[in-house]
Amino acid sequence: MFFMTNKAAVCQAENGPAYVQLDNASKYFNGNPAVLRLTIGIDKGEFFSLLGPSGCGKTTTLRLIAGLERPDEGAVSIGKEVVASVDTWVSPEKRGIGIVFQDYALFPHMTVAQNVAFGLKGCRREQIRPRVNELLELTSLMGLAGRYPHELSGGQRQRVALARSLAPRPRVILLDEPFSNLDADLREELRRETKRILKEHGATTILVTHDQEEAFSLSDRVGVLQGGALAQLGSPAEIYHRPHSKFVADFVGKADFIDGKVEGGIVHSAFGSFSLNGGPDWGMSRVELMIRPDDVDFVLDAAGQATITEAHFLGASVLYQLRFADGRAIHAIRPSAEPAPVGSKVRVKVDASHIVIFPKELQVPG
Amino acid sequence: MSLLKNAVLQRLSGHGQGWRNLPVLPLLLALLVVLPVLVVSSALLTPTREVWLHLGRTLLPEMGRNTFLLLVGVGIGTLLLGVSLAWLVVAYRFPGRGMLEWLLVLPMAVPAYVQAFVYMATFDFAGPVQTALRPFFNDLTWFPEIRSGMGAVLVMTLVLYPYVYLLAKAGFREQSGVLMEAARVMGHSPTAVFVRVTLPLARPSIAAGLALAVMEALADFATVRFFNFPTLSDGVIRVWHGMMDLRAASELAGLLALAALAIILLEYALRGRTRYFQAGGKAPGITPTALPGWRGWLAAAACLLVVAAAFVLPVGQLFSWTLRELPHQPAGTLAVYGQLARNSIALSALAAFFATITALLLASWSRLTSSRAAFVLAKLATSGYAMPGAVIAVGIIVPLSVFDHALNNFLIAWRGISVGLVLTGSVAGLVYAYVVRFMAVSYGSVDSSLEKITPNVTAAARLLGAGPWRLLWRVHLPLVMPGMVAGAILVFVDVMKELPITMMMRPFGYDTLAVWVWQMAAESAWGGASLPALVIVLAGLVPVVLLMRLAARKN
Repeated sequence: MFFMTNKAAVCQAENGPAYVQLDNASKYFNGNPAVLRLTIGIDKGEFFSLLGPSGCGKTTTLRLIAGLERPDEGAVSIGKEVVASVDTWVSPEKRGIGIVFQDYALFPHMTVAQNVAFGLKGCRREQIRPRVNELLELTSLMGLAGRYPHELSGGQRQRVALARSLAPRPRVILLDEPFSNLDADLREELRRETKRILKEHGATTILVTHDQEEAFSLSDRVGVLQGGALAQLGSPAEIYHRPHSKFVADFVGKADFIDGKVEGGIVHSAFGSFSLNGGPDWGMSRVELMIRPDDVDFVLDAAGQATITEAHFLGASVLYQLRFADGRAIHAIRPSAEPAPVGSKVRVKVDASHIVIFPKELQVPG
Repeated sequence: MSLLKNAVLQRLSGHGQGWRNLPVLPLLLALLVVLPVLVVSSALLTPTREVWLHLGRTLLPEMGRNTFLLLVGVGIGTLLLGVSLAWLVVAYRFPGRGMLEWLLVLPMAVPAYVQAFVYMATFDFAGPVQTALRPFFNDLTWFPEIRSGMGAVLVMTLVLYPYVYLLAKAGFREQSGVLMEAARVMGHSPTAVFVRVTLPLARPSIAAGLALAVMEALADFATVRFFNFPTLSDGVIRVWHGMMDLRAASELAGLLALAALAIILLEYALRGRTRYFQAGGKAPGITPTALPGWRGWLAAAACLLVVAAAFVLPVGQLFSWTLRELPHQPAGTLAVYGQLARNSIALSALAAFFATITALLLASWSRLTSSRAAFVLAKLATSGYAMPGAVIAVGIIVPLSVFDHALNNFLIAWRGISVGLVLTGSVAGLVYAYVVRFMAVSYGSVDSSLEKITPNVTAAARLLGAGPWRLLWRVHLPLVMPGMVAGAILVFVDVMKELPITMMMRPFGYDTLAVWVWQMAAESAWGGASLPALVIVLAGLVPVVLLMRLAARKN
């Protein structure tokens, strides 16, 4: 019945179909919902990210899947087996899950090799050695097998934690912000490295992060969480370009919101009128247009309607703030090769293929 | 052990908070440890008029005055010596600094009563110093009398200053040198920086060291007895031994407990409400300045003088007595010493074992369940360390004798047999008292090693397929073991040196090394006291060496 009780599976065989499913799962702390009626299905072999600001419930979701927290309502299943529900409970060590914590949680009294071998309990010695070596090779840790965790750098520790979690061939790997304790350039390198390792291993992976760039660059699909509930689920491109709410739009990248009005399938705004190209019928309503800086371009024009008020040099590109006569501002991003001087008058052009609109939020007076 | 296991499981499943689910065993242990302090406090709350009238007429005014003078004297002495030596080794470079920094800790290994009788033998009228001076002076009445309050303050300062020294040193070392540089740039002289920045920043550490030193002085009864300077601790033991008056002894012990409480409160006041945050660990510390030429040698000489007076003199004197006197001791002396050592080791080992187990149960309960009740009880249970031994002894003798009398009366009424006093004056009662007094030592050690067991380490082990027993044996126990061993060693050595509790509670005729040293020294039989005293000092060096190794590993 349980995955981990099958020694052959732990020590050598490949795994069967894996599939992580949360069904209406909720978790309350002191009466406050940390996760609220969450339903997500994750496919076998998928790299899935849970993205959201701190306190959105993403780590609690991870802990529900791992069995470190028990859901107050709803169910969690892995494979085809329900591991947690009102009347079912499979303890964490029997779920066949690997985890990499933010602080790595390596065993300080064990060497790298002993840490990696910890999950291979019950395997024969001649099976353990090659498996540990295989993992050390996979994570480029050969030669450090005899070191203790305190003798390693941050990046090495992260890779030991990864190797340790992969050793028992878990069905699912959970990554809890595993890159946040690293320096910026090391982080970039380890992300690529981790993705390669996990791909070679063929594990189903769930990453928790508050860094949208990290989620986008690694994942097949991303779930954005807000207040313990799912705000949007989709591919990185969908989430970036077709956000379902202002919250998602704002969280996954810089965006400006401009008032507009829909009339007969056409949006009218200060930047011109755009066709909605089908989609839901908005009738006649007041809306807000989301405009990303990369959809905005401009040309220098002394008779232009906007002025460049700020320019932030970002290296490859420059982020401009363009202010209109009525005080509203919009942002544009352009290659940095020919920077435009602050104070110039410009004519603004918006790329109409990427228009996203939201119903205008009512201003509550007082 | 199964408590630990259950606590882990509860923690993992998010249960077991609050006042519910109190495990019976740690609760019982905590209450047993708190009991003596409660007993003594209640004695103070219900004073007997005749007792106080009697005490007031006879001993109390003198003992009160002496206690106050001793604490103030030792406080000032250890503060001056400890802080200035700490600053010298942290802020300056001079010949032999690395070695002297550690040599200055060694006097901690010498119990005050050993230091006291060596000084007495060396500096009193018949001692070698006055004997050597006599041919040169007609009149030696100007020579200070060692058997005095001043003598007690001097001797105790010499063995207790390392507490202040060690903690002040840590307080200075933790500081970021950048802060001092900032103050210099803002126009302060080096002296002004020391007074206005460095010293205030180290104040919480210094206060903690000072409190430890003064508490030890308060608990001492042997030194002041040798030097004829009776204090409250001495008073409790006199009343108990001389009059066997438990009522008077416990009320006097209550007063002593009150003095200990005053020291704790004073420490809190000295620490103030300030919480010092210092830029996280990586900031460069204070860079020592080189002391050139004769000033460097002067600094080295000053440190060396302290080490010589506080450590080399007593140890050298004990050695020379041992070598000179041992051949002249009556036959069978070594056999007696062997028996003494066996008794001491047995008591110390028992106390170390039970203190460590108690500490493990309480600390893991407090940490893993994060319940409020556990936290409060653990704090209370470790308060025994602040209480003088005489207080704890009285606090245990009172309930034990009540129990023993009740048991005896019951058995007489029931079967007509009298068993006498079962627990009073037994090894069990004595070990119980040691655990109450020294549990805090092992608790601190065990608790800091439990700190390494983060919830994530536990969760990682379980997700890697470890069941509760594998978790305990492969992860938790190996992580806690070093802390448990270190804690047990510290308790072992403390019990080896302990005197007041042993004097008051030991089974009749059950002598230990410490008791023997005390009895021989009280009769000025230095030769008989020297070898056992030497053994105690050498045992006392073990924790000092442990401390050095720990610090060396940190660097």
